[in-house]
Amino acid sequence: RHASSFTPSPAAMQPTSLEQVQATAEPNPLKTCENLSSMNTFLMPLEEEEAKDSFDVDVAVTNPEKVGDGMNAYVAYKVSTRTSLPMFRSKVFSVRRRFSDFLGLYEKLSVKQSLHGCIIPPPPEKSVVGMTKVKVGMDDPSSVEFVERRRAALERYLQRVVSHPSLLQDPDVREFLEREDLPRAVNTQALSGAGFLKMINKASDAVNKMTIKMNESDTWFEDKFQEVENEEQQLRKLHVVVDSLVNHRKELCGNTAVFAKSLAMLGNSEDNTALSRALSQLAEVEDKMEQLHQEQAASDFFIFAELLGDYIRLLGAVRGCFDQRMRAWQRWQEAQSTLQKKREAEAKLLWANKPDKLQQAKEEITEWEARVTQYERDFDRIGMTVRKEVLRFESFYLLLTLIVFQLIKFWEAFLPEAKAIA
Amino acid sequence: MMAFSSLRSVSVDLNHDASLLIDIPDALCERDKVKFTVHTKTTLSSFQKPDFSVPRQHEDFIWLHDTLVETEDYAGLIIPPAPPKPDFDSPREKMHKLGEGEATMTKEEYTKMKQELEAEYLAVFKKTVQVHEIFLQRLSSHPVLSKDRNFQIFLEYDQDLSVRRKNAKEMFGGFFKNMVKSADEVLISGVKEVDDFFEQEKTFLLDYYSKIKDSTAKAEKMTRAHKNIADDYIHISATLNSLAADDMTANKNLNIILSLQKVEGRVASDQDLKLTELLRYYMRDIQAAKDLLYRRARALADYENSNKALDKARLKSKDIPQAEEHQRQCLQKFDKLSESGKKELTSFKGRRVVAFRKNFIEMAELEIKHAKNSVTLLQGCIELLKSN
Repeated sequence: RHASSFTPSPAAMQPTSLEQVQATAEPNPLKTCENLSSMNTFLMPLEEEEAKDSFDVDVAVTNPEKVGDGMNAYVAYKVSTRTSLPMFRSKVFSVRRRFSDFLGLYEKLSVKQSLHGCIIPPPPEKSVVGMTKVKVGMDDPSSVEFVERRRAALERYLQRVVSHPSLLQDPDVREFLEREDLPRAVNTQALSGAGFLKMINKASDAVNKMTIKMNESDTWFEDKFQEVENEEQQLRKLHVVVDSLVNHRKELCGNTAVFAKSLAMLGNSEDNTALSRALSQLAEVEDKMEQLHQEQAASDFFIFAELLGDYIRLLGAVRGCFDQRMRAWQRWQEAQSTLQKKREAEAKLLWANKPDKLQQAKEEITEWEARVTQYERDFDRIGMTVRKEVLRFESFYLLLTLIVFQLIKFWEAFLPEAKAIA
Repeated sequence: MMAFSSLRSVSVDLNHDASLLIDIPDALCERDKVKFTVHTKTTLSSFQKPDFSVPRQHEDFIWLHDTLVETEDYAGLIIPPAPPKPDFDSPREKMHKLGEGEATMTKEEYTKMKQELEAEYLAVFKKTVQVHEIFLQRLSSHPVLSKDRNFQIFLEYDQDLSVRRKNAKEMFGGFFKNMVKSADEVLISGVKEVDDFFEQEKTFLLDYYSKIKDSTAKAEKMTRAHKNIADDYIHISATLNSLAADDMTANKNLNIILSLQKVEGRVASDQDLKLTELLRYYMRDIQAAKDLLYRRARALADYENSNKALDKARLKSKDIPQAEEHQRQCLQKFDKLSESGKKELTSFKGRRVVAFRKNFIEMAELEIKHAKNSVTLLQGCIELLKSN
């Protein structure tokens, strides 16, 4: 199981009472980044309790650093691994990787593993706009935010990869984690999340056009496919609305700050002393509320938008697997009909000379059915995992509680000032 | 538990004098027009009946306000600001957009949005009733204005006032209003002040007015942002509902978060509305105070002109008695305005401070109450998650 070997900040730990919440509540709204990174530990994929294959591997992606200058500049991240598995060169080690390296890993895994019908967790998407800003300069707040979001998404991606038993065995994964100088990945164009989804859509269109019908024992898959499509649609819609929410929150922050200043000016104009003081204090409260709103905006965005983005991409990968299975089924059907033809055409003797072909076909079918069962389990597991992640809101609730508690403090401080107006 | 209760505290100490009690118990909304039922209870003999009601439109209130402003005798008083026209544009436009977008949303989402809009509509409605009511109550609690003949007609006359309104419009038009708006600042600041009290008041009110106008505009922007967020939450909760349809607990948890967020959003907008309403009301009231200063400044200018005219008459030895009489009248008018103006402005100051105090206390207490409720709700959520 993923031990929380990278300790979350105090804010992320569960208090058992309101007093403990009070103790940890600090009126320092600039702890946003700290809170966000602690949030990330709760976004790590969960393993089921009954999983026999619990590997002790922890990975982290940290320390983004700009390398080089101008338009050739890129961001390098530190990828740290802590493990007890003997196949790695040591127990604790780290390397530096850039974004295209992550994409390259995904490409290598896709080529191999998609044949086996298991779901490869997709990496975060490319962003020309985001990266251009970072190339220009990493100092402004939107660049910092972009890099932080990407870092967090890359971390989640790696964690999902290593949590997958057979992927962890893959030499490419090991190489990615361990090797000092990784050869640069080329042709990572079509591998971004959006590109991948487009590919899947094309494939599923082609498959849909085929007229071969599945028999009833496979209606589970038909239903699931439909379900997946529906979910994907709903999630896209949700993503859009949550983005809207995040933007409106940002707007609210801006408006509140502006209002607080205006109220302070009004307080200066006021000739009644006590009222003037109260107005100034109210302006301060509004200002503090604006900072709280900012924290809330950050947490809203992180929990909802990023997770939803991940889930949408995962569903795209799931669709890919459905297509693989469809093709396997077709192959099986074709093999069966070929088999039938051969039986009719050839004599028993001729056929007896090629028992291995029939045997091979039977073996393939058995193999495929085993893979399909594995895939079904994978799909269920990942579906549950992602849902649990979406539900794992304890830390989110805590952050909310802290915010609300701070609100109470502000208003309780303001009340005597209001009463003192005379 | 909405914005309409906030207006009670913008003007305190109204409607306490039992000799003349006014309220608007009822109002009808027909298409574009709102019909208010103005109800009066009085012990004064000047009225024909002790208890009666009449239907009135917004335009009737404006007519009453304008006639009061035009009345010479009231030049030294702060005339309570006219209630703003009922504005249903925003909810109406949203309702229209909702109708257009109905096909793209689920039935549940549509129902929720419709409910929100109906609530918004109702809030606007209640607010406009309140602000009209307060206007009348300001008049009834004023020692001089409550005795105005037109005020009595407004309260009592059981026929349509539209005929009177038309006549009044022909007489005054919008002339006076326009005149005030353009000449206002220039005249007030240009006239040389003889009285310290008014000098201070002038400086204070001009500065305060521009600041409070700015604050009101910014508060309104803040309120709008809050409303947008509340709408977003509705969309989110509707979409989430259609997602995890088979996972009961998932649904419940997420809905708890969202209702919590909605509560927070609603609370914030209640606070905004309280504060925004207060600022908006006093912005208009200060404008009314500025109008008083303007009238006095005009009287002062008239007086100074009459002095100049008298000097000229004396020089030419022509029409001296008329000039003297004119000058005497101007002085008398100016003195009368100054005396009553001073009283009005002093009591206005006190009234404003009291209203701000009451409003701030109520707002802070409300915020604390809601925030504490939120904490309880959040703790419940945490317990629920732990037990899963």
